[in-house]
Amino acid sequence: MLTFLGPFAPKSNGDLARLGVLLALAALIIFGALRYDNFLSQYNILSFLRYNSMFALIALGMAFVIMTGGIDLSVGGVAAMSSVVAAMLSTHSWWAGLAGGVGAGLAVGLMNGLIITKMRIQPFIATLAAMLAAYGTALLLANNQSVSVSYDTGFTEIGQGDFLGFPIPGWIAIVVYIFGWILLERHAFGRHVLAIGDGEATATLMGLKVDRTLLLVYLISGGLAGLAGVILASQFGAGQPTEGVGWELFAIASVVVGGTLLTGGSGSVGATLAGALLLAMVFNILNFENGLGWISLSAYWQSVIRGLFLLVVVILQARLVKPT
Amino acid sequence: MTDTTSTTASDAPPRRQTLQLVSRYGTLGAFLLLLVFNIVVTPNFLALQTLYVNLTQVAPIVIVAIGMTLVIATGGIDLSVGSLMAISGALAPMIFMGKIFPIDSVGPSIALAFILPVLVVMVFGWFNGFLVTKFRIQPIVATLVLFIAGRGIAQVATNGNLQVFKSPEFQYIGLGRIFGVPAQVVLMIVVAILAAALIRYTVVGRQIIAVGGNEKAARLAGIPVHRVKQLVYVISGGLAGIAGLIVIARNAASDANLVGLGMELDAIAAVAVGGTLLTGGKANIFGTIVGAFVIQLMQYTLLANGVPDAAARVVKAALIILAVFIQQRANKA
Repeated sequence: MLTFLGPFAPKSNGDLARLGVLLALAALIIFGALRYDNFLSQYNILSFLRYNSMFALIALGMAFVIMTGGIDLSVGGVAAMSSVVAAMLSTHSWWAGLAGGVGAGLAVGLMNGLIITKMRIQPFIATLAAMLAAYGTALLLANNQSVSVSYDTGFTEIGQGDFLGFPIPGWIAIVVYIFGWILLERHAFGRHVLAIGDGEATATLMGLKVDRTLLLVYLISGGLAGLAGVILASQFGAGQPTEGVGWELFAIASVVVGGTLLTGGSGSVGATLAGALLLAMVFNILNFENGLGWISLSAYWQSVIRGLFLLVVVILQARLVKPT
Repeated sequence: MTDTTSTTASDAPPRRQTLQLVSRYGTLGAFLLLLVFNIVVTPNFLALQTLYVNLTQVAPIVIVAIGMTLVIATGGIDLSVGSLMAISGALAPMIFMGKIFPIDSVGPSIALAFILPVLVVMVFGWFNGFLVTKFRIQPIVATLVLFIAGRGIAQVATNGNLQVFKSPEFQYIGLGRIFGVPAQVVLMIVVAILAAALIRYTVVGRQIIAVGGNEKAARLAGIPVHRVKQLVYVISGGLAGIAGLIVIARNAASDANLVGLGMELDAIAAVAVGGTLLTGGKANIFGTIVGAFVIQLMQYTLLANGVPDAAARVVKAALIILAVFIQQRANKA
């Protein structure tokens, strides 16, 4: 199949799925560029990146977790909790808010990792409980309301500011994705992650430090969810203890759309980014359609279309990527 | 609990024996402890009113969790139950208020309002099963589709509006009493008995367990694995639909944004606390019910004694981890 692509022909099922997501992303961008005047305008591109960077961050953490064969359902709750912590600390200084938010995420990640590796509880259950606990803590800290951030300490710059004419959240995502790519492709850690996803028992027999790698993976996911929470608080101007509902599923969808199998053992940083951008792009295009009055879909259609989109992708994956 | 654990119990070291005891009777013990604690500490706990409050709160969770137990027994999971509740909850008022098609007489319109929404979400459940069996998509991903899209469908159908209604006939399912017992509690008991009978006395029940225990072996033994799996998703969908009707009947209103929100987590938690391992091959209906009751009673205990709801969530999280941990340790070969 697809041999006409010559040297560019995908060599494995994973390659095939990744090629698919890139093609789909390219197709959507070309569609948008041809259909709307302002689609490729600087304003649209930059605000698209500004408001979707936090989802891309969460998707990357989720990708690492899923590559080990695990799952992290707590990311939405962590983002909510971190946004509250960051908002509360933002009155001291912008970096206190940033450090506090990321620190809160790391703390939950550490707890997830310890429960999964030491107590041997399935990631699904461990992170589900962590999600409950994170939302509970967020509401407790915030006293059941949103918490205003300080506008005096420059904290809002993290989410709303620019650096060299490019949104700061976009910079953050770029740097984090480069780190993620290095970790996965150019570092032993990445091979350990994939080896564990392929077969934990084998990885243990090979002498890999399985528990330490798993702990790190959940730390990464928690930390990135915390970072996303900081950006959220900074963009909203408030810590949001009830935000983030469904983010974990958006992140899982991005990873799945990016061709990473939920069974672990394979995955790509670039394809995860493409998956997250692809899901976000669907909404950007819907917004244009609505804005131009060519269609009028209520916001409620978004989740229906998001679900349909996920459906198409998983069916295509199931058809193309036959289990060997 | 299977026979193998009881035979190994005698050879097991004393620590594991203790754990096995805790695992087998821990959830029930926790339930009894909570009861005693409340009788002593919580004011008015022994009032019939308190009993009914707790029972009506827990009934929809139990009904959904029983469907979830069957799905988990086959080694699957159903994330879409909350969204399916929203769909059936959105459809029912539209039917008896005549928004879809006008019906003049009350009787048929109420009957349709009970039947059609449940049938519709059963079709959605079948769709879940179809994705899982025909396309071999992992259950968590397959049901993720309707988790995302399902609530959207309910919101689109109602345009996101709150549907307020007053229909004593329809609301009987949430407010009515049968011999003084809330109708939804009776419904819960009926569902529980049917599910337990299904597992214990029918061929399908044994097939469900076999599929979850070892799918390959089940297929080789001639069990129609696909049909069994599709069935559990249809049942799970249908039960979620019934729970959706109960919730909106109780509230006299249907809000597509809120009906069933987070229900998948409550149901999974009840199953896990109740001792059904999430890897499949077991279906402990009684355990699931006790699990749901423990979570409900714990929440009630905390709230009734002035602990904020947010803190109750943290305690609930710890309870889930503890319960699963004990069961896992006890079941270790």
